[in-house]
Amino acid sequence: MTAREIAAAVRTGARSARSVLEEHFARIDVREAELHAFNYLMREQAFGAADAIDSAVARGEDPGCLAGVPVAVKDNFCTRGVPTTCSSKILEGWTPPYDSTAVARLHAAGAVLVGKTNLDEFAMGSSTENSAFGPTRNPHDPSRVPGGSSGGSAVAVAAGFSAIAYGSDTGGSIRQPAALCGVVGVKPTYGSVSRYGLVAFASSLDQIGPFAVDVGDAALALEAVWGYDPMDSTSLDATMDSLSDSLDRGVAGLRVGIVRELTEVDGIAPEVQARVAAAAEALSAAGAKVDYVSVPSVSYGLSAYYLIAPAEASSNLARYDGVRYGRRDAGADVATMNSATRDAGFGAEVKRRIMLGTYALSAGYYDSYYGKAQKVRTLIIQDFARAYEQFDVLLTPTAPTVAFEFGSKTADPLAMYLSDVCTIPTNLAGHCAISVPYGTAEPTSGATLTSDGNPKQLPIGVQVLAPALGEATMFRVAKAIEASAP
Amino acid sequence: MTAHEVSRGYEIVVGLEVHCELATNTKLFCGCANQFGSEPNTNICPVCLGLPGSLPVLNERAVEFALRVGEAFNFDVPERSVFHRKNYFYPDMPKNFQTSQYDEPICSEGTLDVDGVTIRITRAHLEEDTGKSTHVGGDGGRIHGADHSLIDYNRAGVPLLEIVSEPDIRSAEQAARYVEELRATLLAIGVSDVKMEEGSMRVDANVSVRLVGATEFGKRCEVKNMNSIRSVRRAVAYEAERQIDLITSGERIMQETRHWNEDDGRTHSMRSKEEAFDYRYFPEPDLVPVEPTAEMRSLVRSQMPELPAAKRERLIDAWAITEHDARVIVDVPGLAEYAEAAVAVLGGGTPKDIVNWLTGDFLGFLNETGTKLDDSNLRPAGLAELVGMVVGGSISRNQGKDVMADALRSGEAPVAIVAARGIAQVSDAGALSGVLEVVFAANVDALDAYRSGDDKMKKKKRGFLMGEAMKATKGDGNPQLLNQLLDQMLEAL
Ligand SMILES: [Zn+2]
Repeated sequence: MTAREIAAAVRTGARSARSVLEEHFARIDVREAELHAFNYLMREQAFGAADAIDSAVARGEDPGCLAGVPVAVKDNFCTRGVPTTCSSKILEGWTPPYDSTAVARLHAAGAVLVGKTNLDEFAMGSSTENSAFGPTRNPHDPSRVPGGSSGGSAVAVAAGFSAIAYGSDTGGSIRQPAALCGVVGVKPTYGSVSRYGLVAFASSLDQIGPFAVDVGDAALALEAVWGYDPMDSTSLDATMDSLSDSLDRGVAGLRVGIVRELTEVDGIAPEVQARVAAAAEALSAAGAKVDYVSVPSVSYGLSAYYLIAPAEASSNLARYDGVRYGRRDAGADVATMNSATRDAGFGAEVKRRIMLGTYALSAGYYDSYYGKAQKVRTLIIQDFARAYEQFDVLLTPTAPTVAFEFGSKTADPLAMYLSDVCTIPTNLAGHCAISVPYGTAEPTSGATLTSDGNPKQLPIGVQVLAPALGEATMFRVAKAIEASAP
Repeated sequence: MTAHEVSRGYEIVVGLEVHCELATNTKLFCGCANQFGSEPNTNICPVCLGLPGSLPVLNERAVEFALRVGEAFNFDVPERSVFHRKNYFYPDMPKNFQTSQYDEPICSEGTLDVDGVTIRITRAHLEEDTGKSTHVGGDGGRIHGADHSLIDYNRAGVPLLEIVSEPDIRSAEQAARYVEELRATLLAIGVSDVKMEEGSMRVDANVSVRLVGATEFGKRCEVKNMNSIRSVRRAVAYEAERQIDLITSGERIMQETRHWNEDDGRTHSMRSKEEAFDYRYFPEPDLVPVEPTAEMRSLVRSQMPELPAAKRERLIDAWAITEHDARVIVDVPGLAEYAEAAVAVLGGGTPKDIVNWLTGDFLGFLNETGTKLDDSNLRPAGLAELVGMVVGGSISRNQGKDVMADALRSGEAPVAIVAARGIAQVSDAGALSGVLEVVFAANVDALDAYRSGDDKMKKKKRGFLMGEAMKATKGDGNPQLLNQLLDQMLEAL
């Protein structure tokens, strides 16, 4: 049952929110112990909320566009009265006194929160292996990662634990796990969804977005949370074109550019390239004008990202010092207590990025690192602008490979960072992008065999990119791709 | 004391950094009350506590106040200014970075005239204040050795404007006068209550000395903890002399931060070794650039009040009062307006009379009783009446003082008080001659001395006799008439 079907059924009273929720928790009870999608399950609160929605419907009220829809949110969304850990030991024991704007909007739309999902610590990672509370497993092959950092949210949707889920995407943290788990994932335009109450990783790149089983649900899920918020100074005060209304308009006449630099990127799997080519053909067959386009500066995206994001993170994460909340490790004086707390509370990847970012901002290095990275960012924006003069949307792979095995990249941070090479440029530009599942393939090596002896098939996603506030067109193209999916 | 002080061949070079808390209703980046003296940790929220996920939203009123400052000190206020993060760890700073401005401040290149000398002001920028720590136990309230520390975050996020002067100041007196002038102006334009004792205005001084004629600056020391204008004057003077002592005895100045101690009148080194801070400034990604609209700018311009310097000049010209009196009248908030209201309804006497009464007994009463000007029982019209009666001679100056005190306490009109108490100056020549005769009879010795004495002695004895006569009338005698009668009687001796 899609979120659209659930909401429609609950709003008319055809289904009770409670019965919908029971189905989802039944699946959670079977597979959550194996997959570990959640850091915290909100079973009691969820049933309370479901019953409240059923009573509202019984009174003749409309609970909203997500009436009774079970929703999971990444554990870096502040939830009033519910622990929020960012999968870090440093926030152990902290319970936010306030709801993030996105969560408040979900409540207002009648959604039922089922739990807080696992992530790479502070959203730093591409496999969810960096969680202090253990990794999340890919439901298609539990020996493989779900991607990250929003791995838990991707798995929640892929495993049917929730109808939709939300994550945050700083360099691909929604789209890459969506691709690896075979669900739809959206990174909306920077500023379209309020960041208020989203625990910051890299403020100028972070953006909240949805996971869904199909493009239609993703549209509904995005529309439920986006829009101006006075609590976020970077929130866009703009009219958002409706997504749901224009989904089925088709792609006839639309110009689609395949980004050469990102389809031919180093280390890309041939099976992924093949799926992008197939999607391009399908769009062409549906009436779109498809051609190759070059966006040269995207090749520097990864390097720029790994200066800008850690720089901002080094500052954003300074507040975790043991003084006010979360963990505190004793020390003889304040500075020693700060160091002891941060040493014990942060994991290796978080420390690595804090070090990297601190260095990039240091006196004497600022211009050659942070300053230069910002210039690259400007170049990328300019190159995209040129591409969008000729094309309405761009097409790329989402991730260079299918889901990889646990531990296969943890020893080599650079190899791990490369999983986001196709998604990072969108964050640097502040644009929007969507990953749509488009078939499956067996991995190049180390495939798990199914019970009948065949290699397990793993999902592949293709990515549609659009300029800022180009979501309506982007979703039309995504819908067309979905319609042609095998 | 002069504007350009030279001591033992060295001149003093001072630059001042003034932090003033802006008197906005709410904090710089959240809706919490900006209020001094609340119960600890009552004016706080996720934003000013820097809780995970919280985001700042700039208070427009703070921008408006900064624009007023821009107008008052001839600053350049660019189309766009930017907030930066200043990164360092300190427990009373919730995010471990201070949201401040760096290379694109809201105000740059202003000036302030201090007694005819133009002091250049480098910049004025907006930033958030930190919380306040109290260290319990251990050595005298310092963090080192304390048993534990308590942090009050009510002040965290309060808007500050940091106003940084060029090293244009050349004496301790000029430094004090700069602060005085700055404070009066900030008060007049309504952006801060500038109370140095409560910390809503904090002054740090960068002090160095150099041989007269030298073009390079000497090594400077930053002096902190000056809690009044008097301490600014004393601290700068002390620090300059300390540096000259060191240089003339062949020692070197160490660039450092020094703490002014009001009690022993010295500055003390705050750190044994200077820590080198790298604040890793970078543009605050959670805020957008500050771009004041044309409407906001013109609104601010249209609402600018008359500035203290201009007001002083105008009053000195119009009322023929001294620079000193003009300063007193203008520096007390609302007093100039009060004086102008009284002058407007003046029946007898001059504006100078009004000013004399105000700067004397009137201010004295307000200060002694802690009364605010607005709450004073004697209103401008009442003061004009009082001055009219004294100048017109119907009551004496001394009687006037009593009437004023009565009016300030009771709130009754001076005319009513005079009528009710039957107060009148004795202007009857017959009665006053009688008083003088009694005085003469009682002071035969003095009269003898007058008769035989030289001019000096004559003057002295005349003054004595006049005093005795005034005493005998309990101060109610009309002094002009009494003087006249005394001269006549002395001549007739
Ligand atoms: Zn607050």
